[in-house]
Amino acid sequence: MLKLKVNDIDVEVEEGLTVLQACEKAGVEIPRFCYHEKLSIAGNCRMCLVEMEKSPKPIASCAMPAAEGMNIKTNTEFVEKARKGVMEFLLANHPLDCPVCDQGGECDLQDQSMYYGVDKSRFKENKRLVPEKNMGPLIKTQMTRCIHCTRCVRFATEIAGVPELGAIGRGEDMQITTYLEESMQSELSANVVDLCPVGALTSKPYVFEARPWELKKTETIDVMDAVGSNIRVDTYDWEVKRVLPIINEDINEEWISDKTRYACDGLLHQRLDTPFIKYNKKFEKASWAEVYKIIKSKIENTTKEKICGFVGDLTNMETSYIFKEFFERTLDIKNYESRTDNRFINILNREDYIFNSSLNGIEETDLIFLVGSNPRYEATILNARIRKSHLNNNTKIYSLNENGDLTYPYQSFDGQTQTLKNIFNGQHELSKHILNSKKPMIILGESFLRLNNAEFLYIKMKEFLSQNNKLSEDWNPLNILSCDASSVGNFDLGFINKEKNILNDLKSNKFEIVYLVGQDNLDFNKKDEFVIYQGSHGDKGAEIADIILPGAAYTEQDAHYTNLEGKIQKAYKASYPPGESKEDWQIINEIAEFMNNRKLFNDKEELESSMFNYLNLQKEKQNKEYLNEFSGEFKNEKLTIDIKPYYFSNIIARCSKTMIECNNSKLNLKSTGTEG
Amino acid sequence: MLKDQDRIFKNLYNDMGSDIISAQNRGDWVNTKEITDKGRDWIINEIKDSQLRGRGGAGFPTGLKWSFAPKEVGSRPHYLVINGDESEPGTCKDRDILRFEPHKLIEGCLIASYAVQAHICYIYIRGEYFVDGQKLQAAIDEAYEKKLLGKNAAGTGWDLDIYIHYGAGAYICGEETALLESIEGKKGQPRLKPPFPALIGLYGCPTIINNVETIAVVPTILRRGGKWFASLGREKNTGTKIFCISGNVNTPCNVEEEMNIPLKELIEVHAGGVIGGWDNLQAVIPGGSSMPLIPKEKCETLTMDFDSLMAEKSGLGTAGIVVINKDQDIIKCMARIARFYKHESCGQCTPCREGSGWMWRMLERMAKGDATKDEVEMLGDVTNQIAGHTICAFGEGSSWPVQGLLRHFKKEIEERNNLDPIVQKKNNIPYLVDQHLLDKKNA
Amino acid sequence: MSLRRPAKNQPENFEFNNSSLDAANKIVSKYPKGKQQSAVMALLYIAQRQNGNWIPLAAMKYIAKFLDMPYIKVYEVATFYTMYNLSPVGKHFIQVCTTTPCMIRGASKLVEACKEKISENECELSNDKSCSWMEVECLGACVNAPMMQINDEYYEDLDKEKTLKILDQILKGETPQAGSYRGRINNEPENNRKTLMDYKNA
Repeated sequence: MLKLKVNDIDVEVEEGLTVLQACEKAGVEIPRFCYHEKLSIAGNCRMCLVEMEKSPKPIASCAMPAAEGMNIKTNTEFVEKARKGVMEFLLANHPLDCPVCDQGGECDLQDQSMYYGVDKSRFKENKRLVPEKNMGPLIKTQMTRCIHCTRCVRFATEIAGVPELGAIGRGEDMQITTYLEESMQSELSANVVDLCPVGALTSKPYVFEARPWELKKTETIDVMDAVGSNIRVDTYDWEVKRVLPIINEDINEEWISDKTRYACDGLLHQRLDTPFIKYNKKFEKASWAEVYKIIKSKIENTTKEKICGFVGDLTNMETSYIFKEFFERTLDIKNYESRTDNRFINILNREDYIFNSSLNGIEETDLIFLVGSNPRYEATILNARIRKSHLNNNTKIYSLNENGDLTYPYQSFDGQTQTLKNIFNGQHELSKHILNSKKPMIILGESFLRLNNAEFLYIKMKEFLSQNNKLSEDWNPLNILSCDASSVGNFDLGFINKEKNILNDLKSNKFEIVYLVGQDNLDFNKKDEFVIYQGSHGDKGAEIADIILPGAAYTEQDAHYTNLEGKIQKAYKASYPPGESKEDWQIINEIAEFMNNRKLFNDKEELESSMFNYLNLQKEKQNKEYLNEFSGEFKNEKLTIDIKPYYFSNIIARCSKTMIECNNSKLNLKSTGTEG
Repeated sequence: MLKDQDRIFKNLYNDMGSDIISAQNRGDWVNTKEITDKGRDWIINEIKDSQLRGRGGAGFPTGLKWSFAPKEVGSRPHYLVINGDESEPGTCKDRDILRFEPHKLIEGCLIASYAVQAHICYIYIRGEYFVDGQKLQAAIDEAYEKKLLGKNAAGTGWDLDIYIHYGAGAYICGEETALLESIEGKKGQPRLKPPFPALIGLYGCPTIINNVETIAVVPTILRRGGKWFASLGREKNTGTKIFCISGNVNTPCNVEEEMNIPLKELIEVHAGGVIGGWDNLQAVIPGGSSMPLIPKEKCETLTMDFDSLMAEKSGLGTAGIVVINKDQDIIKCMARIARFYKHESCGQCTPCREGSGWMWRMLERMAKGDATKDEVEMLGDVTNQIAGHTICAFGEGSSWPVQGLLRHFKKEIEERNNLDPIVQKKNNIPYLVDQHLLDKKNA
Repeated sequence: MSLRRPAKNQPENFEFNNSSLDAANKIVSKYPKGKQQSAVMALLYIAQRQNGNWIPLAAMKYIAKFLDMPYIKVYEVATFYTMYNLSPVGKHFIQVCTTTPCMIRGASKLVEACKEKISENECELSNDKSCSWMEVECLGACVNAPMMQINDEYYEDLDKEKTLKILDQILKGETPQAGSYRGRINNEPENNRKTLMDYKNA
């Protein structure tokens, strides 16, 4: 620990910290533009100047390592003068267009100029004009406002791993641009909008939409993938105007993917806002009472074995839980399922379906082996962690399949399961690396779980790792990378059918009533089934429905989601369901009431506490011993990584115009052949 | 005047040829092995005894700099980098060393590399000196042929490879860390210090960076002894130095002279006097464009070394003396220098990027008489806001010449620029935006 | 200086010819393994020489691939350093130093001469398309002021007449003698030498 003084306050800091961090520890705020905790130090804005004893010049606190016995002053006239000088330079060529700038109200430059700016400009020369740059469909540029802090350049190079941004030219003509103004090829690109301390890079879809002080801000959870990024949803009345990241060091740090941020305009389009009934192949508006009546009579006239229910990829845990209760208590049948493919899952042991090493664990590991997963598209934020681990700890990364550009270098193998078997028999070069690794990580994607041999291979891996003391209480190297926000929550709730293969029965048209809650990804040919679709958007599921029950989207109801690590988080209601639509749990509760005059739960609190009771009970029932034996034959297969189209992976994204634009901009780029 | 026998660069005007035979006749490469046999500590101590200070502008003691190199070579190799990015207006000394005394430089590289334990030496030459660089390359090739470089260079038992790296038109690459960035194939933007290059330099390895002239005088110092070098000039400002005298003189030239030589002697004896006579002298820039100018009155008695110029609030810099006579418009001269700095700012940090252009534009207006009275003060403010607030010394380099102008020629500027400010400040209420409205009665 | 932009008309492709390739490989070998990015400046020169004194975008891309570095980094370097021409210049590329030491010795006369002989504006090709000129910052030959550089060579101690003569020669396709145009030996004080006289007379 180093001892130093900041404004005569004694502080102790760890070695390796900067003067700026020491000042923060002393409770002294230092103005800054270029400095950012998550990026490398540039020291170029010069706003963080402080006085250091024995130094005739002020020093840049962000770049100066703290040292024993330093005496730092931040409140002297000397410091104020230096900062005012820097501020004057920053403002010299910065346009005075705050009233028409989207950053207005949340602009670092605006805020800091309140303290260090002077009331009128002494700069009488012509202001510099910088042409706008094209950075794709997400980022709007107004480069005249740029103060050249290079945060965006550093982000693209370091975090996103796509060095496409740069500062060209020099001196006062330096300009930030992408190479020949092509759009940025990163799924994290829009984070530069948050990083930009001024209005040079702003959000294109959000342009001139609202002022920050007009928006209602709700902190909640993202559902675009299974990572569970923490987000803030800004709404203006009903409309979700934008989604921003909030800091959660254990999950998304400070970043969110472009899909998380920009699929939100999908919440405004193709919404189901009233119940519908299909008459003669046409949908007609109906009242809630009418549709409940039809559902009731249909169910009453069908044998219960002929009824099944599915939940979807975005369904929250409360909805799944009440849906399950509805089947078990109201219908008295367990024909429910959350999987849309025949994947291997051992629901009896939680460790067998979560991401055990945790997201933070990625930074501790020294070896990562990807099996059947493309984390760049399946869990963008997780992929950024892998890159970080690679940069900071030189973590070696292997993949069973060739996966294209993952933003970090990796070694790939032939994609055959025989190779996988060899590796976990200890007969492959990688076997040695795994054994030599202190904390290896094996990331198993859903494509792996869909293999015929998935169970055999999984047991093989577990055996190999535990026999070689790589699997312990502290470190479980086996990680399942789920893609959907609802997956782990559904498994925790036991929302799969263990006895029957509901999916195969559905495909062979054995059911008469199919109740879909937000499920649009089922692949079956509808014959005479009566399909009830409950959901927020008119998409594939609604198309085949006979009755449509308008539900709520993830920003419109309080509910829980469990992320891929098994961390349960609460999402909050930022907006309300449009038109006549209702929260999902409420619809199911009302149908139950309509059918036998008894609500399943009196209110949401009761539902919630019942659900947590269930979850706690499940925890005690874990069966770790299961899955030690496997009787079956191994046959080599080719593992193919089958990922959903990134920008259209769920119903909200599919309804988003911005996502369509993103997809098109990437397609355009590919067709010009300039990408490689 | 310095005796010819004490001049180090005897071939400064290329009377004898720069090839290796001629160089050996002049004493280069004669007993290199004997020098290195005396050991690293002896070399560094001898250089310390000579009180040699870096010839690139900052005047840092060379022996001390070498002693910063880690004593043991760890996992990272050491590098020696020679700064030949001579771009300071008024300076053209390194060019003559590169083309006429290349073997002094190469031998110096070998000795210095041995002293700091480097096996690779990069010589960074500004791109415009392509022809001169080729002459140096020819000399390097000769040296390889004679086994003076490469494995067991000159029989010293030390392996050394020397490579030339050409710049491409960027003054800022003369700043040592910008130069390292440039060698690494990036934009020449100075690095933050600490860490200093002696520990983390080229490719993150310990690196010693010296000016061409500094290294080229090393072999002679070691042959004739640090004491000999220290006996020239005065305490802490020892030895000889190549002065470049340009501008309004009758015979502009490069000349090697003793440190602490009177400026007047340099101008009158070597440069043939000021055009129009000594009385026609207006001012002198004593050390390359970034050093504040010195008005005529002080030039009478001024002696040329680091410390005496520092006392005059200027500096020896690269010893590029630019003489400006009274036929020149001094404001215009400085405006042109400001334009140079605006052109060469790397654009990395705020004060220099925004301030250098601002200074230039103001000076251009002042040269035309287009500025208001209050702007003279303001120009001073701007220079103070740049100097000391930047990542590298460019901030000082660009604002010092303007400060020099304001220090010594303020009257001239004020006489030419006597427009009234647009906004009159009568009621001095700080932080009021439209203060001038208060001056009207009903406001 | 405003930001230099790449030329509008760009060739589709660029590849090093054999001699460029040899030179490039030789340069890459000067730098430690894995640090081949260091060669980018030299490779841009090679491309510039091969491509008639300017660097097309295709060449930057080619070099980026050659050195395994991102395009934008090559682009940054090419726009940062002023000696890389991003748009076509004359086969004879004349650069007149106009920084203070040259300025006070009459660099503006050299500029006048260029305007008369080559083109009214900087960076424009002459009528016969063989020459272009521009003002540049200090070229580091201050005791030989005023001076200019034509391609690689320095022409020193000039005045307007001498410049006109040099430009005439160039326009005729001759190669004028480089160096001082007042007949002095390198950087010695002209007719006023007081040092190293023994060597001069030897």
